Amino acid sequence: MSDMIVLQRLRKRFGPVVAVEGLDLRVGSGEVLGFLGPNGAGKSTAMKMIAGFLEPDSGTATVRGHDVVNEPVKVKAALGYLPEGAPAYGDMTPAGFLDFVAAVRGFDGRERWRRIDAAAAHCALAEVMQRPILTLSKGFRRRVGLAQAILHDPAVLILDEPTDGLDPNQKHHVRNLIRTMAPGRAIVVSTHILEEVSAVCTRAVIIGAGRLLADGTPDRLAAGHGTLEAAFRAITAGLGERGAARA
Amino acid sequence: MRNVGLIFRRELRSYFATPVAYVFIAAFLALSGALTFYAGDFLERGRADLQPFFFYHPWLYLLLIPAVSMRLWAEERHGGTIELLMTLPVSVSQAVIGKYLAAWAFVGLALGLSFPMWITVNLLGDPDNGVIIAGYLGSLILAGAFLAIGACLSALTRSQVVAFLLAAVTCFLFTVSGTEIVLGLLRGWAPGPLVEAVAGMSFLVHFEAIRQGVIDLRDLVFHVSMILFWLLATVVAVDLRKAD
Repeated sequence: MSDMIVLQRLRKRFGPVVAVEGLDLRVGSGEVLGFLGPNGAGKSTAMKMIAGFLEPDSGTATVRGHDVVNEPVKVKAALGYLPEGAPAYGDMTPAGFLDFVAAVRGFDGRERWRRIDAAAAHCALAEVMQRPILTLSKGFRRRVGLAQAILHDPAVLILDEPTDGLDPNQKHHVRNLIRTMAPGRAIVVSTHILEEVSAVCTRAVIIGAGRLLADGTPDRLAAGHGTLEAAFRAITAGLGERGAARA
Repeated sequence: MRNVGLIFRRELRSYFATPVAYVFIAAFLALSGALTFYAGDFLERGRADLQPFFFYHPWLYLLLIPAVSMRLWAEERHGGTIELLMTLPVSVSQAVIGKYLAAWAFVGLALGLSFPMWITVNLLGDPDNGVIIAGYLGSLILAGAFLAIGACLSALTRSQVVAFLLAAVTCFLFTVSGTEIVLGLLRGWAPGPLVEAVAGMSFLVHFEAIRQGVIDLRDLVFHVSMILFWLLATVVAVDLRKAD
């Protein structure tokens, strides 16, 4: 199993607040990694660094062997990223927006149309392709965000809360999509929905206060606690106290 | 180049996807027309030229250009789309240049739509069209410089209102630094070279010559240097503040 994402002692601070503190992690091809942790644990910050949006203060992050700081464009070409909240240009239609993303990703002519059609079909966007994104429901907006992330068939997918705000049917659809995309890819999914982890992830890590607290298959993490939720609570329970002690 | 072009096209289209473009063009044409005819005594002067039209442009741009530039980066940051844009295989400078050129082209279009004014003076008299072309060129490059300042300040904040005010104040300072009021205040105590330097940093002084049909290389260099300096500052600002 080759390593697609390698994080070594990754560290990021915002002023006095440490967001990510010496994170070490390897994600291989075929893995769907659930990225868990309480709010403010550093999940989004770590994902932003892998996606090349934030530069680490120290440590390294590589995607398919490319360093995120030294070769950002190669990293971005190999990676699909759904930012938290699935931002998109509200005045554009999904068709226009995906066309822009596909063009920036270097696709032209017939190939561009093929990519857009495939991504739109994967994310079930057909009925809203010509409506301004601004007027779409939260579920459709998230699917537009997913479509732009998978459009170029990336080897690495970083999805920050892809099912947040979706109804049960839409969640089911997105989980299926993640499962079908998994082979040959490394997918990192952050979520607060622990049942989702058991449903789609081959492996889960729990981070708190910017550090790695637990790493294993969902079943192994749950072992000894009964459920994954109980495990999550037990592992992250002491964080508040630890933070207070440090302050 | 390809990415600059793609961002330019996306950006320019987005002006017309909302009422922004139409309101701006209508406001520019109405205000510039009103100032020309009422404040500039266009008809009473009895001279066939567009001096009264161009005369008010620096002051008009103080209000209107920040209204265009304020959204350039503040909106991307506020809406989170900057995270999307900056995780596509696009460099910061490509994004800065593409967005800036789209804004400039848009303002250029609004300026170009004042052509009935040009036709009018040609119908009424026999103007020096060379001077008028210089006026348009000067006005366009002045707008470009104001936009570059506005783009940079828009990258410093998430709030479009703050971006608007910062740009308006900064452009105002770079404009009034050439007025007699400011220079008169300085002359009392400041050494001559300093007074000249302050006047030399004024858009008003550099625009004035071009407006009257005198295209001096120094005036062009001033505007172009301002544009390049502020765009470079925009790249730095976007890079530093994108995730805040």
